[in-house]
Amino acid sequence: MDRKTDLTETSTLSVAIVGSGGSGVVTIGKILLESIARFGLFALMSRSSGPQIRGGESAVMLRIGSSPVDSLDDDFDLLLALDWLNAERFSDEIPITENSLILADPDKGALPDHYNHTANRQLLTPLSELAKSIEQGRANMVGLGVLSSLIGLPRTIVCEAARDTLGQKGAAVLEATLKCIDLGYSETPEERYFAPLSAPETIQPRWNISGNEASGFGALQGGVRFVAAYPITPASEILEWLAPNLEKSGGSLVQAEDELASINMIIGASFGGVPSLTATSGPGLSLMMEGLGLAVASETPVVVSNVMRGGPSTGIPTKSEQSDLNLALYGFHGDAPHIVLSALSIRDCAFTTEWAVKLAETLQAVAIVLTDQSQGQARAVIQPPSRTSLEGKRKLASATEHYQRYALSEDDVSPMAIPGDSNCIYTADGLEHNQQGVPSAMAEDHQRQLDKRRQKLTRFDYGDDWAEITGEGDICLITWGSATGATREAAARLNRAGHPTQVLAVRLLAPLSVERFRQVTGSAAKLLVVEQNHGGQFFEYLNAQRALPQQAQSLAQPGPLPIRPNVIYNRIMQGL
Amino acid sequence: MHGPPPKPPLKAKDYKSDVKPIWCAGCGHFAVLSAITKALAHLSLPPEQVALVSGIGCSSRLPAYTHVYGFHGIHGRALPIATGLKAARDDLTVLVTGGDGDGFSIGGNHFMHACRRNLDLTYIVMDNEVYGMTKGQASPTTAPDWEQNSLTPHGTGLPSFNPAAIALASGAGFIARGFSGDPGGLTQLLIEGILYPGFSFIHVLSPCITYHPEQKEWKQSVHALTENTTADPVIAAQRVQENDRMATGLLFKAPSAQRQGSTQAAASTQQISEQFLVPS
Ligand SMILES: Cc1ncc(C[n+]2csc(CCOP(=O)(O)OP(=O)(O)O)c2C)c(N)n1
Ligand code: SF4
Ligand SMILES: [Mg+2]
Repeated sequence: MDRKTDLTETSTLSVAIVGSGGSGVVTIGKILLESIARFGLFALMSRSSGPQIRGGESAVMLRIGSSPVDSLDDDFDLLLALDWLNAERFSDEIPITENSLILADPDKGALPDHYNHTANRQLLTPLSELAKSIEQGRANMVGLGVLSSLIGLPRTIVCEAARDTLGQKGAAVLEATLKCIDLGYSETPEERYFAPLSAPETIQPRWNISGNEASGFGALQGGVRFVAAYPITPASEILEWLAPNLEKSGGSLVQAEDELASINMIIGASFGGVPSLTATSGPGLSLMMEGLGLAVASETPVVVSNVMRGGPSTGIPTKSEQSDLNLALYGFHGDAPHIVLSALSIRDCAFTTEWAVKLAETLQAVAIVLTDQSQGQARAVIQPPSRTSLEGKRKLASATEHYQRYALSEDDVSPMAIPGDSNCIYTADGLEHNQQGVPSAMAEDHQRQLDKRRQKLTRFDYGDDWAEITGEGDICLITWGSATGATREAAARLNRAGHPTQVLAVRLLAPLSVERFRQVTGSAAKLLVVEQNHGGQFFEYLNAQRALPQQAQSLAQPGPLPIRPNVIYNRIMQGL
Repeated sequence: MHGPPPKPPLKAKDYKSDVKPIWCAGCGHFAVLSAITKALAHLSLPPEQVALVSGIGCSSRLPAYTHVYGFHGIHGRALPIATGLKAARDDLTVLVTGGDGDGFSIGGNHFMHACRRNLDLTYIVMDNEVYGMTKGQASPTTAPDWEQNSLTPHGTGLPSFNPAAIALASGAGFIARGFSGDPGGLTQLLIEGILYPGFSFIHVLSPCITYHPEQKEWKQSVHALTENTTADPVIAAQRVQENDRMATGLLFKAPSAQRQGSTQAAASTQQISEQFLVPS
C-alpha cells in the first residue's frame, strides 16, 4: 500500500483507536506505545476526548516510525473502533482514506456512514463475544491483540508491556488481560494488511514521556527547586509530575489560591535565592501579567511554563492552539524586556525548559516557555533529551563596602544578594529605583535602568540554540513550537518532490535575533510562516521586527485540529 | 544602610536604614516602623536573617526604611511573595506589612488563604480605614457613613470589614490588635507574633492624619482588652464580633501546630530520569 514517509525515508504507520466511556481506549494506547518503545521503534501518541469531564468517549492517535516522530500524519492507516457511540465526534480528527483498514466489532452496530463509504477495507471481529469466553475478559484487550498482531508486534513484547502497565491491578486482571491478548493474536486472519513493523538492528536508549513530564523534568534539570501554581488544563500534569519529584530533589511545591498568588510566590522564593517556576495556560498567564512586570523591574528571575490551549477566554480548554504568543510577547505594561521561548517538540520541552531556567537565572530575567496541549498531553517515544551547555548560575553579590543591588555593570547584570548575606542587605523594588535600589522618579535613573534591563538580554550571546535549521533550498518554511513537526514533514515531501526546502524553527522568540534570522532566510525566494492560530501572530511579530522580506506569506490555521503536513505542502505547490 | 554589619547587642536603630520616609508628619505608620525595629532588637534577630515584604500603599513603603532584607512588591500581593519566600527559605524570619486597602481589598483572597495555610509569617496591617497613598478613597474598613471622599459622596453604605473576624474564620492561629499610639504595647504584640510558630495577624490601628484626621480621636476611643487571651475559637469569635473593634491586645492564640521540616534531596536528577527509560 501507499504509505507516506518522512525525511529519513522510513515508513510510518498511523493507528487510531476509538470507543465510548469505559471501553478502555486509553489503556490500549498506553500498552501499545510501551510495546512499540520496547520493540525499538519510535512513536507519537495523542489523545482526544468528548466534552464530558470523566468517562466520555475517547480516541487515541498513534503514529509509529523507525525514527523519532514529531507530528501526526494526514490520515490514518488503521482505525480500531471498540464501538461507534459518538465516534463521529472524532471524524475530523481521524481522517481515513479508501486504503485505511477499519477493525471493528460487528456486534456493536454498523459502521457510521462516513466510515462505511470511505473505507473499502474492513475487518469485523467479534471482540466482545470473544472476551466473554475468558473470565474477567475485556473486549479492548482482545482488540489490542488483534491490532498488535496485524501490525506485526511480537506477542511477548505486548504481553510484557501489558504486565508492567497493569501491574497494580492485581493478578486476576493481569491473567485475564494476557489471555485476551493471546486470543486476539490467534483470532487474527492470515491475510497481511500491512507490511509488519520491523525492529532496528541496534536499539538506542529511548524514553517514553509526555510533553508535560518533559517540561517538569527540564525544570528540575535547570535547577528549579520551588514551584507554586494553580491547576489548569492542559498544564496540570507538569505540576502533578513535579510535586513528588521536587520533593525527592529537596524542593517543594505550593498549590496557590490563584495565579495572582502563584506568580508572586515564585517571585518571593526566587528573591530567597531558589530557582523557581510556575506552570499555567492562557487564562492564568493573563492573570500573571502584573506580577511578571514586578519580576522584570525587580530583576528577580522566574520561569513560566505556559501550555497553550484554544482561546480567547475559556475557549477550547482541552485542545491545542498556538495563540498565546501575543500575550507572552506584549502582555506587559511598561517597557518590560523578557525572554520568550518555544519548545519545538515533546522532546524539546525538556531542553527548552532547562534552557529557560538557566537563562532566567543568568540574566535575572523573566522567561516564558510556550508549549501547547498537543505537546503537553501527548506522549512520545523519544531519544533522551539533549542538554544545554549553559551553566546557568546567578551572579551573586560578594562582600562589598557599598553594595548596590541595581548597579550598572559591564554585562548589565547586577550582582544579586541573597537573604542571609550580612554585607549586602537591600530592598527589592518594583518602583523605579536608582542603582542602590532606592525608589526614584528621576529621568536619568529610569533611562539607565531601562537600558540595563534591555541590554542584558540583547547583548547576551544565546549561541546556536536560538533556532533549529534543517535542509537547504529556495523555499524557506519558518515556524515555531509544535507546528515544527508538520512543517518539517512538509519540507521532506517537498524535497522528495524536487523542491529543495529549508525549515527555520525558532526557539528563542524574544529577544529575536533579527540579524541571524535574516542570515538564514535572506536567500530564499519563497517564504511561508507556519503557525497554529487565527491571526498569524508570529507572522505579524516578524513583520513588526522587520525580519521578513516583502514576499513572505502566512499560513495560520487555528486549532483545534493539528496542521497536517499536506496543508503546508499543498500551499507551497499551489505557488505562493 | 551600608558599611560593616553592626555587632550585637543590636539596638532598634541598627534595624533602621538611612532612607528618609515619605510619610506625612504625624502619620501613624512612623510608630509602627519604630515598634518593628524595637521588636527585632528585642529578639536580637540578625538583620540578614529577617525579610520584610510589602505591597503598595503608604504603609507598604516600610521595608525600605528598615535595615533587613526587603521586598516592596505590587498592590495586594505581599502575602504571596512572603509565602513563596518562607516556603523556599524556612530559615528566615519573614514579616509582612501593608495597609487595609492592600490587605483586605485587592489582596483579600490572599489574606484568607494565608491565614488558612498557617505558614510562620507575621502579618502587620496598618489600618487607617482609607487609601492614603491614592489620596483618601474609602477602603473595606471605612465606616459606611464616611462621606469625606468624592468617589463615595454619600458614604459607602456598606458594612465595614471586620479583619479579626475574617482572620479567625479563615484559620489564623494568632490574632492581635495594636495601636500606633501605644508603641510599647504594639512592640510587645509584635514580639509575641514573631515568636508564634504559625501565621500571626496583627491588626494595627494607624491613623492617616491627612485623609482621615478624625482618627486623631482614636487616642480616646482605643482601650486595652480586659479579658485574658483565649485559645478557644468560639469565645474568640464572640469577642471579635461583640467589641467595638477598638480593643487592643491578643485576641486569640491557638496552640501552635507541629511544623514539618524542610525536605532533603534523596534522589539525583539522573536517578529521577530513570522512570522514563524504556527497558530493553
Ligand atoms: C493594581 C493596582 N491598582 C491600584 C493601585 C493604586 N493604589 C496604590 S496604593 C492604593 C491603596 C493603598 O491603601 P492602603 O493599602 O490602605 O495603604 P495606605 O496608603 O492607606 O497606607 C491603591 C489603590 C495600584 N498601585 N495597583
Ligand atoms: S497620606 Fe495618610 S497614610 Fe499616607 S503618609 Fe500621609 S498620613 Fe500617612
Ligand atoms: Mg489604608
